[in-house]
Amino acid sequence: MTTITERRAIGASLDRRDGPQKVTGTAAYAYEHRFDNPLYLFPVQSRVARGRVTRIDASAAEALPGVLVVLSHENAPRLADASDRELAVFQAAEVDFRGQYVAATVAETLETARYAASLVRVSYSEEPHDVELRADRDDLYAPERVNPDYPTDTEEGDFDREFSSAAVQIDETYTTPMEHNNPMEPHTTVALWEAGDLTLYESTQGPHWTRGPLAQAFGLDPDRVRIIARYVGGGFGSKLLHANTILAALAARMVQGRPVKFALTRQQMFSGVGYRTPTIQRIRLGAGQDGRLTAICHDVIEQTAKLKEFAEQAAVPTRTMYATRSRRTTHRLAALDVPVPSWMRAPGEAPGMFALESAMDEMAIRCGLDPVEFRIRNEPEIDAELGLPYSSRNLVACLREGARRFGWAGRDARPRSGQEGRWHVGTGVASSTFPTIRLPGSVARISYAGDGRYFVEIGAADIGTGAWTALTQIAADALGTGVEDIDLRIGDTSLPQATVAGGSSGITSWGSAIFEAARVFRDRHGRGPSEGDQAEAAAPDNPDAGNYAMHAFGACFAEARVDADTGEVRIPRMTGVFAAGKIINPKTGRSQIIGGMTMGLGMALHEESLVDARFGHVLNHDFASYHIPANADTGQFDIAWIDEEDTHVNPMGSKGIGEIGIVGTAAAIANAVYHATAIRVRDLPITPAKLLR
Amino acid sequence: MKPFRYDRAEDISGAVATLAREPTGMFLAGGTNLVDLMKLDVVRPDVLVDVRRLTSAEIEDLPDGGLRIGTAVTNSELAADRRIRSRYPALSQALLSGASGQLRNLATTGGNLLQRTRCAYFYDTTTPCNKREPRSGCSALEGCNSGHAILGASRYCVATHPSDMAVAMTALDAIVHIHGPRGQRQIPITELYRLPGQEPQHDTNLEHAELITAVDLPPAFSANSKYRKVRERASYAFALVSVAAALQVRDGVVHDVRIALGGVAHRPWRAEKAEDALRGRPAAHESFRAAAEAELAGAAPLRENAYKVPLARNLMTRTLLELSGER
Repeated sequence: MTTITERRAIGASLDRRDGPQKVTGTAAYAYEHRFDNPLYLFPVQSRVARGRVTRIDASAAEALPGVLVVLSHENAPRLADASDRELAVFQAAEVDFRGQYVAATVAETLETARYAASLVRVSYSEEPHDVELRADRDDLYAPERVNPDYPTDTEEGDFDREFSSAAVQIDETYTTPMEHNNPMEPHTTVALWEAGDLTLYESTQGPHWTRGPLAQAFGLDPDRVRIIARYVGGGFGSKLLHANTILAALAARMVQGRPVKFALTRQQMFSGVGYRTPTIQRIRLGAGQDGRLTAICHDVIEQTAKLKEFAEQAAVPTRTMYATRSRRTTHRLAALDVPVPSWMRAPGEAPGMFALESAMDEMAIRCGLDPVEFRIRNEPEIDAELGLPYSSRNLVACLREGARRFGWAGRDARPRSGQEGRWHVGTGVASSTFPTIRLPGSVARISYAGDGRYFVEIGAADIGTGAWTALTQIAADALGTGVEDIDLRIGDTSLPQATVAGGSSGITSWGSAIFEAARVFRDRHGRGPSEGDQAEAAAPDNPDAGNYAMHAFGACFAEARVDADTGEVRIPRMTGVFAAGKIINPKTGRSQIIGGMTMGLGMALHEESLVDARFGHVLNHDFASYHIPANADTGQFDIAWIDEEDTHVNPMGSKGIGEIGIVGTAAAIANAVYHATAIRVRDLPITPAKLLR
Repeated sequence: MKPFRYDRAEDISGAVATLAREPTGMFLAGGTNLVDLMKLDVVRPDVLVDVRRLTSAEIEDLPDGGLRIGTAVTNSELAADRRIRSRYPALSQALLSGASGQLRNLATTGGNLLQRTRCAYFYDTTTPCNKREPRSGCSALEGCNSGHAILGASRYCVATHPSDMAVAMTALDAIVHIHGPRGQRQIPITELYRLPGQEPQHDTNLEHAELITAVDLPPAFSANSKYRKVRERASYAFALVSVAAALQVRDGVVHDVRIALGGVAHRPWRAEKAEDALRGRPAAHESFRAAAEAELAGAAPLRENAYKVPLARNLMTRTLLELSGER
C-alpha cells in the first residue's frame, strides 16, 4: 500500500483546532444556531409498554395560546417509507415500548410546548408486556448475523471433547446491565422545510449516514436534504438516526417555513436513542497444567426489541484474543417490548471482554500463573477466525510495557494480601482489542485557495474526538504542506460524502480519502497549483483487506481500594498501554483514551439502567440516579503508546482509538477488586452491596 | 411545567399571610429541588412566594454558647463558617458531602431541611406513588428499592430522606424555629420530620404556610463529632447510608454520645437505642458494635436493600471507633 512517507504533522501533539471556539462559546452546536422565528417541540411519551393508542384528546393543549399544532398518528404526515419501524413515528396506533412517542406539541416557546404536552390526554388499550431478559427463557433465538455483519456462531475444533478433558476448567457466568449512552449534548435537531427542501441542524455522528435513511423515509431525493453538524457534543454510538429526528422533521413539515427545535431532556435520553443491551455470558475455559488454553467457549444471551433487531457482538472478541485448540462462540437473543438497543462505545468488545478477561483472570489464578504471563503464554500466531496473519499485533508489548509502568513486578498474587489502614488494596490487569475498520464510501475534495493555502472538504463529523485537528494533520502531510495552510471543512452534507464517526473508523476512512485526494491533486496539479485547482477522490478499498486481520490491542492495569467496613471501591490509578499503529495526535489521542477508560470505570462501578418489569421503562432516568463517574472518582491516568508501524491498515499507518480505551477497563477493575478482597464480582456494576460481608 | 404566579412579600409575616391564602402555593428559597420537581410535574403549585430575601442569612452566637442559623444561610456559607467547623465538624462535613459546589452556593438551610425524597417513583409521574398522589399505591415496596428505607417504613411508603445536613443536625439536637399563620413556635428537629405511616404525602409536621426561619444549635457537648457518608461514587450522590456522631469519652468510658443515620428511613434517624446502650460502656469496638446492632434489631429490609443493615452497623461501629481515637 502507498503510505505517507514523510510525517511532520502526523504524530505531533497539536492543540485542538476547534479549542478556542469551544471554550469561548462560539462553536455553534445544533440547538445554538440562531433563527428569527423558531418553534419548539416537546413529545408525549407512551405510558404503556405494549398496546394501542385508542384516543388522543389534544383539545386542552390546542387551546393554549402559542400552540401551533399537536401531532399524533391521527394527523401526522404519512412517511413514504415506514418499513424501518423504529423510525415510523406516528404512522400507526400501536405502542411498542413504554416511552415511545405517541404525540408531540409545537409551540412558540419551549415552556408552552412542554406545558401543552402535559395537557394531551392519551387513552390506551393496554396489552401484557414482556421486558425481562432471563437465561431460562424458552424463546431465545439465533439472529442471522451479529453487529455489524459477523457470523452469529463459530466453531473451531472439538470444544466439548477438549473442555471435558482439560486439566483445569473454568465455567462461570458473567452479567452486565443495561447501560445508556449519555453524551453531554443531548440529541438535538432543528428542522426546517422550505419549498420541499429539508434542512436539519443535527447533532449526529454522520451527516450523510443520517441523510440516507431520512430522505428514504420522507421519499425525498437525498439532494433535497441538507444536514449540518459542525460541532457535536458527544455521541458514543447513540447519535445516528433515531425516532427523535424523524419526529422533528415531521413536525417541521406541518409548519412549513419555520424552524422547529427539538432537544431531548436528559430523562428522554433513556428511551428511544439506543442503549447497551444487558448481557448474560457463560464462559468456559479449559487449559493444560502448563497454562495453555485448549478450549474456549463464550455463549452470549442478550435482548433486542420486537420493533427491530439489534444483535450485539459480545462474543466476537473472543474469536481473536487467544490461541486454543478448540473454540465455540454463540449469540442468542430475546425479543422484548423495549426500545431498540444500539451501539454504545465498543458494542461487543466492552461487555464481551469484561466476561472473557474476568475468566482469564480466574483461569490464571487456577493455573497458578501470573495473569500477565498467562495471557502472554496464550498469544496466537494468526487470527483464528479469519485464518490470516495480523497486520500488526502487539498485545504482548502492551502487557509488558504496562506491567513495567504500573510496577506489576513483585506483586503478591494472594487475594486480600494488600492492606492499608481500612482499605483492602489490590491490582488487576486485562487485555483490550478493537478491530481496525475502514468503511467504504468516503470522498474528499481538495482545492487550492492561493497563497499556499488549501481547502480540504469532507462531510465527516467531529463528535468531540479531535477529528477537526487530526484530519488537518493528515491533510498537511498528504499534501506536503503545513497545518497552518489547511482550511478543513467538515460536518455538512453539502461537502463530499463521508462515512460515520463510529466503529473507531473515522480517521481511517476519512484520512484515506484525504490521502487519495491529495495524491490525485499532486498528480494533476503538481507542487505549484493555480488558484481553483481541484481534485476529488474516494478512499480506495484497502488492497490488504483480505490478507491480514487488523486490530488494535491494549492492556489496562488498575489499582482498586475497597473499604473493609463499607465496600466502597476507589480506583486511585490506572495504566493503559495501547498498540494502535501511528497515533495521529498523541494529545487528543490521550484524551480519547482517558475518556474511554473513565467510561470503563463507570461501567465497572456505577452504570446500571434500572427497569421495573411491571412498568417497562428505565426508572433511574436522570444523572441524580444513573451514575457516571464524577471527577472525584478518577485518579491518576498513566497512558502510553507502543510505537507500532503498520503499513497495511491505511496510508497513515493508524488504527482507531475511539473505543479501545473502554474495552479492558471493567475487567481490570473487577480483577483488582478480587485481588483486594477475594470476592469475585461477576455481575456489573461492582457496588458496595456486592462487597459487604 | 404548569404556569404559576411568582410573589414576593415585604416581610416574613406578609409572606406567611400571602401563602396562607393560597392553598396550593409554596415558599421558594434556593429552588434547587423545587424547580426540578415543578419541571417534572411532581409538584404543581399555583403560586410561589419567594422568601429568600426576607429571612436571615446570618449565623449568630447565642448567649448559651450555641449558634442560630438563619434559614437563608446557604449550604456553602454554613459549611465554611469557622464556628461550625470548629464546634460542629459533623455539620460542616455533612454539608460538604452533599450536592455540588454550585448547588451548595444556591441551596439554603431551610430548603435543605425540606428537600423531598429521591425515590425514583416519586419523581416519575407515570408510576403510582403515595407520597406524590395519596392512595395511588407505593411502587417501591415491590419494585426497585435498593436505595430505600430499612427502619420506620410503612407499606404506604418506603422512601428515605435525602438530606445530609439534617442528619448532622439531628445528631446535634438542633431546634427549628417556625413562623406560621398562628404565630411562632420552636420544635426539636426530631419532631419536624414524620415517619410515613398512612400519610406519606406529609414529610414534616409543618402546617401549610408555616415557614422555617432559623435553626438553633445548642452548645456542643463535644466538638468530637464526625459525618461519614457512603455512596457508590466518590461525590455528587445521595447517601446509601450515612452517620453523624458525636462522642465524649472519659476514662475509657462513653460519657455521652449522639448518633443519627441517613439513608435508612423516611426521616433522619436518631439512634437513641444505640446511644442508650453506649452510655457508661467502654469506648471499644465490642460495645460500639453491640450498640449498632441494638439500633438495627428492628430493621426490616426490602428485597434489594438488605445490604444496608451490615453497612449501617459497620459504619456506626467504625465512626464511633474513630471518634474514640482508634484507627
